[in-house]
Amino acid sequence: MAIEIVAPGLGCSVQDQGRSGHYDVGIPPSGALDLFSALAANLLVGNDEGAAVLEAAYMGPQLRFTAPAVVAVTGASMPITVNGQARSAWESFDVAADDLLAFGFLERGARIYIAVAGGIDVPPLLGSRSTYALGGFGGFSGRPVQTGDVLEVGAGIGRPGRQVPEHLRPSLAQEQEQELRTVLGLYDYRLAERGLATLLESTWTLTPVADRIGFRYSGAELEWKPRKQPFGAGSDPSNIVDAGYPLGSIQVPGGVEPIILHRDAVSGGGYAMVGTVISADLDAVAQSSPGTRTRFRQVSLESALDARADRRRRVQELRTALG
Amino acid sequence: MTTSTETAGTATASRYSWGGDEHLVVQVSEEMSLEANFSVMAVTGLLRQRPLDGVLDICPANASFLIRFNPDVLAPADLEAQVRRAEAEVARAPSLTLETRVVEVPVWYADPYTTDTQGRFRDRHQRPEGTDLEFAAAENGLSSVQEFIDRHSGAPWITSMVGFVAGLPFLFQMVPRERQLEVPKYLRPRTDTPPLTVGHGGCFACIYSVRGAGGYQMFGVTPAPIFDPAQQLPDFADFMVFFRPGDVVKFRPVDEEEYHRVREEVAAGRFRFRQKPFTFSLDEFHADPDAYNRTVLEALNGD
Repeated sequence: MAIEIVAPGLGCSVQDQGRSGHYDVGIPPSGALDLFSALAANLLVGNDEGAAVLEAAYMGPQLRFTAPAVVAVTGASMPITVNGQARSAWESFDVAADDLLAFGFLERGARIYIAVAGGIDVPPLLGSRSTYALGGFGGFSGRPVQTGDVLEVGAGIGRPGRQVPEHLRPSLAQEQEQELRTVLGLYDYRLAERGLATLLESTWTLTPVADRIGFRYSGAELEWKPRKQPFGAGSDPSNIVDAGYPLGSIQVPGGVEPIILHRDAVSGGGYAMVGTVISADLDAVAQSSPGTRTRFRQVSLESALDARADRRRRVQELRTALG
Repeated sequence: MTTSTETAGTATASRYSWGGDEHLVVQVSEEMSLEANFSVMAVTGLLRQRPLDGVLDICPANASFLIRFNPDVLAPADLEAQVRRAEAEVARAPSLTLETRVVEVPVWYADPYTTDTQGRFRDRHQRPEGTDLEFAAAENGLSSVQEFIDRHSGAPWITSMVGFVAGLPFLFQMVPRERQLEVPKYLRPRTDTPPLTVGHGGCFACIYSVRGAGGYQMFGVTPAPIFDPAQQLPDFADFMVFFRPGDVVKFRPVDEEEYHRVREEVAAGRFRFRQKPFTFSLDEFHADPDAYNRTVLEALNGD
């Protein structure tokens, strides 16, 4: 059983729940940017939660199946067709040999996840099947898929007609507005009081520079405290002695255009980070498209842990519903 | 920036901060020094020896370190307590030696690849006329590019951090501070850097492991890969990344002919970096840096 890539869509790559243990040498976790949607897609087709799926941004691929399969699509809202006939998202369905799975224009959100019963069967590398395109490894040949690629699929036994209950589906921002809960800290002491206020009070707009590495926003300019730069840091007030970057951390090169790092993050560098988007909100970042108006809302570590627990309960409910 | 409202780097206590709910970042010092880097390596080394359930990544950096963890398994307060304990232990008995290796890295300075790329991004540079090497020489008050290359390749460097992208070493030169080469980064990052470019930003040299964006000045290229995901070359038999924090690096200038000879060895799957085991002693280095650096080269060149 295999999938032929008839058209690749945009940035369509093989991803799972990611890898750990090698961030210290610059190898990021990778994996689905919207982990919840990827996990839901797998559960719908009867896969292990960590099975490999396809992730595509803004524009879906066209896929032909060499044998009958059970498929599910989650994530962004985008019309789904099989041989031109509509199918529903967040629900498993059958495809027959030679069927063509295709997608219409993006309606809401940014990234779709396509799971096939059995999972995409690329060789695992450092404990994961995820693609890390910047390093050129993992997934299918270390890159997004291209027309003509053939992806093998493992053995699976999915059932069509399984659905994610409505209340467990993420609400995608209709008005392209979102609030990201943020734990301040890291190098925020470098910001002037007014700079910190500007970070929290401004409405930021997601630019087209939004990919698996990071999401860049435009808006205001942040003011730094004046100081003599420490030795080795570089001359700009936004420079620090190169340090490790947390996933979700917000760096502000030159005081303009904050960047939220995501799961293909550069692991470190010399720009001051002023806070970190909490883990429970990184799926929402993944589903924001250019133009999304975004505010950073300060929360405590305790609130971040509460939000994380809420998310965990939602995953548990999903497992129960589809178990 | 002329007024100073903070005195950087004089604080003795590390700064602990949460990077959301999954990361702890510990800033040992705001400024770069070998002492800060040794402390980072000692504390992260100790933490590695005593693995804690729930710790996903331990990432030493130049003068700070980052720990990625799963707070469902390991409560943040418990992690912080363990890290503070390790830090206190290191402070009580600072480990001033490091078991490492010394590695020779050939560099074709002022090569056509980086020179061409510089030309394409001159609008992002402080000094659009001339080359990055000419800018770096002038910034450091040196009379010629050759003098800069002599300084860059004369004294060894220590790998103070690995990251940014897979396998990229940050290198800190083993010379007294007044002889450190400092060069600002590009005004705005380039969208392209040739693979294996030898770069420089602030006081750090780096070797770009893959082609991609970058803001460091570009001085040359090295012919052999330092990141090999297919693990084809003998140096990568164990792991796809060559450099580890603590590796001592000596750059050796090579000409075009030697560059291409090494490229052929790489293509034939034969190339190995010249490398020797080495015990780095911080005290001996500080006692006489130049004499100590001669022993580094003896270790590299001896049998």
